[in-house]
Amino acid sequence: MALFSRKSLVTKLDAVNEFEREPVPEGKLKGWKSFVGTYAGEHTAGTEFVLGPLFVAHGVTASDLLWGLLIGNFLAVLSWAYLTAKISVKKRVTLYYQLEKIGGKNFALGYNLVNAGLFCFLAGSMIAVSATAVGIPFDLPMPTLNDIYPNSVGWVLTVMVVGAITTVVAMFGFDQVARFANLAAPWMIMIFIAAAVAVLPELGVTSLSDFWPVAETKIWNGVPLEGQSKFTFWHITFFAWFCNMAMHIGMADMSLLRYAKKWQYGFASSAGMILGHYIAWVASGILYALFLHQSANSTEFAPGPVAYNAVGIAGALCVIIAGWTTANPTLYRAGLAVQAINAKWKTWKVTLVVGLVTTVAAMFPALVMKLLEFVALYGLILMPAGAVIFADVYLLPKLGLQEEYAERAGLRFNTAAAATWVLTLLICLWLNLSFGIEIFFVGLPGWFIAVVLYVVASRLVQKRAV
Amino acid sequence: MKSSALKFVSFLFLAMTIIPSFLVFAQILNMNQNKTLMFIGTVGWFVTAPFWMKK
Repeated sequence: MALFSRKSLVTKLDAVNEFEREPVPEGKLKGWKSFVGTYAGEHTAGTEFVLGPLFVAHGVTASDLLWGLLIGNFLAVLSWAYLTAKISVKKRVTLYYQLEKIGGKNFALGYNLVNAGLFCFLAGSMIAVSATAVGIPFDLPMPTLNDIYPNSVGWVLTVMVVGAITTVVAMFGFDQVARFANLAAPWMIMIFIAAAVAVLPELGVTSLSDFWPVAETKIWNGVPLEGQSKFTFWHITFFAWFCNMAMHIGMADMSLLRYAKKWQYGFASSAGMILGHYIAWVASGILYALFLHQSANSTEFAPGPVAYNAVGIAGALCVIIAGWTTANPTLYRAGLAVQAINAKWKTWKVTLVVGLVTTVAAMFPALVMKLLEFVALYGLILMPAGAVIFADVYLLPKLGLQEEYAERAGLRFNTAAAATWVLTLLICLWLNLSFGIEIFFVGLPGWFIAVVLYVVASRLVQKRAV
Repeated sequence: MKSSALKFVSFLFLAMTIIPSFLVFAQILNMNQNKTLMFIGTVGWFVTAPFWMKK
């Protein structure tokens, strides 16, 4: 079967290695349409089935949600265009290679490992999301909002099956998964919209004029569920802006946008924000509100049954496919990142181990229930790398300091970059613990702190070298 | 030509996943009819689209 062909894996690995250590040549640049498609597909994923409902659970009001998403997503698009795309087009190399030039091989390796760990947890949460739909025919007891540990043997077995399938496919068939994900993307957004529209009459919306009063009282009524904190306009704005912080401000999307003919193609990210982080979040919130309404505010939290009750088998399939197509490439990337430790390790063996760890993590429902916090933490942890690149590209030359210092000085480990990363995160932790600045907000001061730290640390390191 | 016809059929199936929901909203269809049509649209899309969607 082609799905399990080793040849396809080797081909894919070759493709991944394309221009990994050189700027993308002029002839390989891509037009804006491919970026619109990529962003629209990548940001309509399994996570959307969890994030939209969690906003409802956190008691956001309708106006705070809609305005917060509008402004936060707008800021995210600006970050992609003015930060990531501008630097990507200027350098035309991957994030990993740029980090290696600045921080040295060992620094880039450290980044890879941290990234791999975070990828495992993200993939784990998506395996759990798929499992909630797979468990429907077996009448599986679903996890609840306040669950941390597995709640039944059935849950553990279902997660193990979904995790095993995801791991095996990630080991041997990335090409087919990527192709299937592209195929599913337009269908998925249709299902999101269709499901929300179809259930509106059950919430009491039978004409457009009914929508707003129902939205304010029955969908996003401003009252958090038991055990959940209260979300405001600012939570939504900052979450929408920073949920992909690793990709834009953190510069991970350099690997994608280095293929853009012009930096303005960074605005193509708006396709993903509108479809995935606006329409899909609103739609999944509506579905969850109906579930709460029908279940008298049950704390059960399972995207599978929610979608199945709304639009039947198509809804359940959407949850399975959305979770799986997100988990699979994430697991594959995590495997590649770990493999960077030792190129002699077989990719499939590394992916197998990473898959096992991910599957065990997926058994803990806390991974899904705390997805908002995890996504914010994920962006925060990787953000300093982007701040280092920004300062290195724009500030260091103007201050008479050398950019890409590790490459120029032949260093395997640039202390300035490493100290910036560690100190920034420690300061962010201190801001969180001492001043109560929530994890959703701390990334903003954190970025400025990282930029200043890197400039100061570079001055010290480079002065010492001279 | 053949590919264009297939594309057209695929998009008809894709439309079948969303249009019935608006008809439910307009109280022309009921939920069960909607679920059936969405399922047919889903199967139709995944069966026909791979033949013309290369990437």
